Amino acid sequence: MSFDVARVRKDFPIFDREVNGYPLVYLDSANTSQKPVQVLDVMRAHQERYNGNVSRSVHTLGTESTEAYEGARARIASFIGAASPDEVVFTKNSTEAINLVAHSAGQMLRLGPGDEIVISEMEHHSNIVPWQLLCERTGATLRWFGITDEGRLDESQLDSLITSRTKIVSVVHMSNVLGTINDVSRISARAREVGALLMLDCSQSVPHLPMDVRSLGADLIAFTGHKMLGPTGIGVLWGRFDLLAQLPPFLGGGSMIETVTMTGTTYAAPPARFEAGTPPITEAIGLGAAVDYLTGLGMEAIHQHEQDITRYALEQLTAVPGVRIYGPASVEGRGGTVSFGVDGVHPHDVGQVLDALGVEVRVGHHCARPVCSRFGVPAMTRASFYLYTTTDEIDALARGLDQVRKVFG
Amino acid sequence: MMLDGLYQEIILDHYKNPHGRGLRDPFDGEAHHVNPTCGDEITVRVTSDLTDISYDGLGCSISQASASVLHELVQGKDPAAAAEIHHAFVELMQSRGQIEPDEEVLGDGIAFAGVAKFPARVKCALLPWMAFKDAAARAGVDVGASPEVKA
Repeated sequence: MSFDVARVRKDFPIFDREVNGYPLVYLDSANTSQKPVQVLDVMRAHQERYNGNVSRSVHTLGTESTEAYEGARARIASFIGAASPDEVVFTKNSTEAINLVAHSAGQMLRLGPGDEIVISEMEHHSNIVPWQLLCERTGATLRWFGITDEGRLDESQLDSLITSRTKIVSVVHMSNVLGTINDVSRISARAREVGALLMLDCSQSVPHLPMDVRSLGADLIAFTGHKMLGPTGIGVLWGRFDLLAQLPPFLGGGSMIETVTMTGTTYAAPPARFEAGTPPITEAIGLGAAVDYLTGLGMEAIHQHEQDITRYALEQLTAVPGVRIYGPASVEGRGGTVSFGVDGVHPHDVGQVLDALGVEVRVGHHCARPVCSRFGVPAMTRASFYLYTTTDEIDALARGLDQVRKVFG
Repeated sequence: MMLDGLYQEIILDHYKNPHGRGLRDPFDGEAHHVNPTCGDEITVRVTSDLTDISYDGLGCSISQASASVLHELVQGKDPAAAAEIHHAFVELMQSRGQIEPDEEVLGDGIAFAGVAKFPARVKCALLPWMAFKDAAARAGVDVGASPEVKA
């Protein structure tokens, strides 16, 4: 077997623990991933041995910190196929990256009444609310793609949805609820045709799929460190350099300037222009270590493992009476995130019974309430997988669902 | 199994066979509350003399059973008695399991003592009670100051 999941799991100390007297079965990686010891060690070593502020100290610690921080940026750039490390902007998370674009691109494009922004019904709230706020500030209009019954983006109205009025298109690459991986080639071609910017929320795709931003067809992408074995507090905005170079700043402060006088300021080139203040240094270095870990295993191998697990999970869940899966029914064009309902049982109750058996799933609207509304439910139960997920854990989930049906039957 | 404390038979009974469910006319006050973290919703209607308390909503067994118990306990009570029950239930839910509930006051509501030990579910149990308090205020009925809800 090319991918040794048992060996991978040994790198994650958390799998030693029990939950409510049962071995931990962690099926909530779309929410946040667990961290390997290789990431934890690098972060601890940095704090213990190399801590200094970045980009502003001539002393040795400051220089070593800066090298580690910029080294992480370079490895992350290479991980996603960026043309240069200068295309990688560190943010707090995906949410901040999207808000950055909503502010800076909105200003650059001088959005106003008559202009349109296009998103989709499949978005996480973080790719809805910043655009609603931008529309409120500027008078621009928000429009969106719907979702088909199979859980895919409904592109049937593509040409009337994305028009010469469209200035920005921002859609999700992989759904955090349905698991759908969107083939964005048609949307990208149409956005290019009308001269609109295309942003992709890659929070769920970069952690799980081989990524090459140069062939993706997007102008900007956002993703977050804690869903890809890194710590919380660090995210990434990638943008084409010529576009980043045109964007005005988002937050103002230290590090993002060229020169400051009391009457005005000129700004640094990207990425520094968008990194005001002391950044999350240790977290960026931790994300660099996470990328090294993922690269060491190979994203193609990780993706294949998750496809195998997802295929098995779809079979097992389909076999449980009363379970309805939302989203693509087969592994084609979907990732390892499976949302479902149990007939007659509220997801909170499903999650509570599973937790009592050590099985950790997410329940609720998953910060994507419009997706739940689209399928006519207030909430869903979601199991999400990663490189460390095993078929045994899927079996534990299926057994847990039998218990759910016993309690509420 | 530790779940026994949470899913008491009384709670499951109220969930499967809710009392007084369904919105009714006439009413004098109505309130719609949502739990933003899980999307659960409830609408509560009251008449100003509390002779009818009706409700409808979408939610988990805890929130739905709690609404049923609320209906059973508070409907037909005078404002002072309603306030006492409301206060006792909110206090119980915020006790983290440290209070021995009084069955004289809370009836089937004592089954929720176990829920207080699951911090993530306390909001579920309180959802109908907070909506009731708002609906009553809109009907001109003061059910009194309840302990501050922190969950």
